Amino acid sequence: MTTKLMGQAVQRVEDQRFLRGEGRYVDDVAVGPGTLHAAVLRSPHAHAKILDIDVTDVLDVEGVHAVYTYDDLTGPMAEPLPLLIPHPALTHGRTQYALAKDEVNYVGEAIAFVVAEDRYVAEDAVSRIRVDYEFLPPVVGVEAARAAEHLVHPDVPGNVGARLEQNVGDAPAAIAKAPHRLELDLTVERSACMPMEGRGTVARWDPDVNRLQVWTSTQSSTGVRAAIAVKMGLDLGQVDVITPDVGGGFGVKINHPWPEELLVPMAARVLGRTVKFTEDRREHFISSAHERGQVQHIEVGFDDDGRLLGLDVEFWHDHGAFTPYGLIVPIITSTQLLGPYKPQSYRVVFESLYTNTVMVTPYRGAGRPQGCYAMERTMDAIAAYLGKDRADVRAVNFIQPDEFPYDQGLIFQDGRELEYDSGDYPASLEKIKALIGWDEFPAYQREMAAQGRKVGIGLACYVEGTGVGPYEGAHVHVETSGKVKVATGLTTQGQGHATVFAQLVADELGVKFEDVEVVTGDTRRMPYAVGTFASRAAVMSGSAIHLAAKRTKEKVLKIAAEALEADENDLQIVDGVVSVKGSPGTSIDLGTVSVLSNPLRYAFDEASKAATQFSVGDPGKPPVAEDEEPGLEGKDFYSPERATFASGMHAVIVETDPDTAEITILKYAVVHDCGHLINPMIVEGQIHGGVAQGVGGALYERMAYDESGQLLNASFMDFLMPYVTEIPDGIAIDHLETPSPLNPLGIKGAGEAGVIPSAAVFAAAIEDAEGIPVRAMPISPSELFHLRESQRSQEHSS
Amino acid sequence: MSEQLHDVRLTVNGTTHEVRVPARRLLSDALRHDLGLTGTHVGCEHGVCGACTILVDGAPMRSCLMLAVSAADHELTTVEGLTNEDGSLGPVQQAFAECHGLQCGFCTPGFLTTITAGLRDNPRPTHEEARDMIAGNLCRCTGYQNIVKAVERAAELQGELSS
Repeated sequence: MTTKLMGQAVQRVEDQRFLRGEGRYVDDVAVGPGTLHAAVLRSPHAHAKILDIDVTDVLDVEGVHAVYTYDDLTGPMAEPLPLLIPHPALTHGRTQYALAKDEVNYVGEAIAFVVAEDRYVAEDAVSRIRVDYEFLPPVVGVEAARAAEHLVHPDVPGNVGARLEQNVGDAPAAIAKAPHRLELDLTVERSACMPMEGRGTVARWDPDVNRLQVWTSTQSSTGVRAAIAVKMGLDLGQVDVITPDVGGGFGVKINHPWPEELLVPMAARVLGRTVKFTEDRREHFISSAHERGQVQHIEVGFDDDGRLLGLDVEFWHDHGAFTPYGLIVPIITSTQLLGPYKPQSYRVVFESLYTNTVMVTPYRGAGRPQGCYAMERTMDAIAAYLGKDRADVRAVNFIQPDEFPYDQGLIFQDGRELEYDSGDYPASLEKIKALIGWDEFPAYQREMAAQGRKVGIGLACYVEGTGVGPYEGAHVHVETSGKVKVATGLTTQGQGHATVFAQLVADELGVKFEDVEVVTGDTRRMPYAVGTFASRAAVMSGSAIHLAAKRTKEKVLKIAAEALEADENDLQIVDGVVSVKGSPGTSIDLGTVSVLSNPLRYAFDEASKAATQFSVGDPGKPPVAEDEEPGLEGKDFYSPERATFASGMHAVIVETDPDTAEITILKYAVVHDCGHLINPMIVEGQIHGGVAQGVGGALYERMAYDESGQLLNASFMDFLMPYVTEIPDGIAIDHLETPSPLNPLGIKGAGEAGVIPSAAVFAAAIEDAEGIPVRAMPISPSELFHLRESQRSQEHSS
Repeated sequence: MSEQLHDVRLTVNGTTHEVRVPARRLLSDALRHDLGLTGTHVGCEHGVCGACTILVDGAPMRSCLMLAVSAADHELTTVEGLTNEDGSLGPVQQAFAECHGLQCGFCTPGFLTTITAGLRDNPRPTHEEARDMIAGNLCRCTGYQNIVKAVERAAELQGELSS
């Protein structure tokens, strides 16, 4: 038998094309003359009325083909963009128009769309459009939004888009009578996904077949397809959306349709030419989406061991100017905040607030980093208050392994109960303590202190709901060559799906890994799909592909049994050959089985010739029996009852410079439990990347808006994304594999985990090194320096 | 108001191409859109991310910070030129495949060209030097861990080739 590939560090098949420069990203499609290029006029003001748009000068620019403003949009295109995920609590949801109508609400909002011979000319033309504005006062930041002196949208009182409260027991009462009480006020600033490839869309209208073909850098091709069809008044069957290679997503590309995803196809159809829009970096900063920004107030009551008796959390979530993605981020914060713990009572209430800034949609972790930060800062505060070990305080609050499934009593992002399926948090804690050297650290800290050095250690735990529904599907097709073509509808942004899904098919179907080819994100191949987000691809499409391969195998065995005149149970498939166990001479190639599956047998290839020696089918019945279909294919969908909950713990040791307040990472450790691993190399790569984004988010990255709503650091010069020099040299990783009972492979998602505990774990370590409470993240050396100063002046004055 | 065009001879991966471009056309755009060599990627267009790095007479340069007209009379090497003559992966490319040094692959061409030049100047880098070698390129997926390993593995592979 061939070795099972599940669990093996198989090298990635997609790397061959990437390494040769043969990847196909959206901007690589339709290269060369003939393709027109689009540029967008974006609002330079955070909040203004548009009095007039004058495009007369644009038409003088040679090479300009068209310019569109709101007035040129008709029918559904002239309506606001869809609100993808409505929620009853989102009483004042607002979305923008594809091109601004009468008003702009953030710097970067699309106002006009120019199509020209090349991007240079399109940008020339954009600079010639004259807009008269009447300025309105901008609302920037949570504080201004709450104060509501000015409104972002005049019909949204208090700038409050939504207010949502959930209760488990009576937390305020439990806190009131708890032996100990604490309050914390925390903030997390804005950051963003920042994939290396920005957004991009290419569209071509084919008049010969009356169809639109669209390539777009998205996390949901099926979603974009449906949106385009509706907005352009086309039948769904007239629109194909292909997501080619995507240069990173991390969440931002799940929001759809972007204005350009509609305007490009619209222009392509009107002009009868291929049209391309490729976002530049500044546009990505000011016109895609951000995340993270929250202000949190926590009240907690606990007993002498640090056991949570009541937890009462109130937070204010800055969702920017519009809410196309609903309340997903704050709902996840409010529910996943609980992590591996079981407070006896919990109350959470949030307000999701409008500001005149770029809108907020999920960024890797999607609200969990903020929730984890709130919970873990609370744990540290309790430990400090009680003078207890921070790990011990966590341990007394853990859900125990024998308590699963564990219902937290809340409603999760998918509208289902927040019920954890499996996990082993005490075992993870033991592993992370060993990995980082938790018990040895106090001695090390004293030793360093004796040398005048400041070091600190932090620990943070999280639980991540992964693999949310509703479904994904897969189609497996064995060609007469014996090669296996697999399609699943969700998209790929670097996770190695073509490799891990091929591993699953090779295992289930008994074919060579090299003979399996996987296609993702092409609506021509799999028109029903959801998308790649919420660490769901491996769980959802992985399970669907496993099930589809299983169906295919059933058909293979049925046909092969008939051809070989054997019992199905006596057959095995190894390396693409079906044979009778114990009698290897009695065999048939999978390609030949594929020929036999189709009663129409033109002898085009060797497999067809080979098939002539076998006889299948009952001559007394129709060639395709009533419950059969021609072809060797299997299709299936996977739709779980609820999400599966991965978990993990991170620990870090940092050193802070006593003079400069520079923060250096000495050691970083991760314990991760995502159930069974399909490919440990790829899982570890996901963790590495998550940790790096976490380091960025905790120590460097922020969106620096000024009070007028200008983003001051909208470039890679000023938005400090980590280079290798900022990332720890080596990340210690240990896995726990607690299988999920919810899917056939026992897997859980792994994509987002690495970034969830970062703000929490760095705040804890810096606090430990400095002995100063850290309540605002990210933290830069200068901020730490100022924290020291204010601490000193407080000590002097007291 | 038509733009003045310039005839430029670009030598890329040993092949000479004639292009007619405006003076303002970036080299990165000329490579990608005029020559169809789309392996060179553009991540920021202001010289910070390094994704568009190519070799100009062997030296790593950001092709988004060069004009196509200024690249005439230079030998340019892009990621497409890093494979061996028989079509197999060159040592740096091979090392990336073995070490899982890439995820989405968008920044990868810039790393490959940078490391190719780096290892030519320093064929046996220490671990610290391997990290330094890639310190001017941004990657958002890998956290750099496996890219550093790939630098060290590429040095090994090149050592095996030359020994």
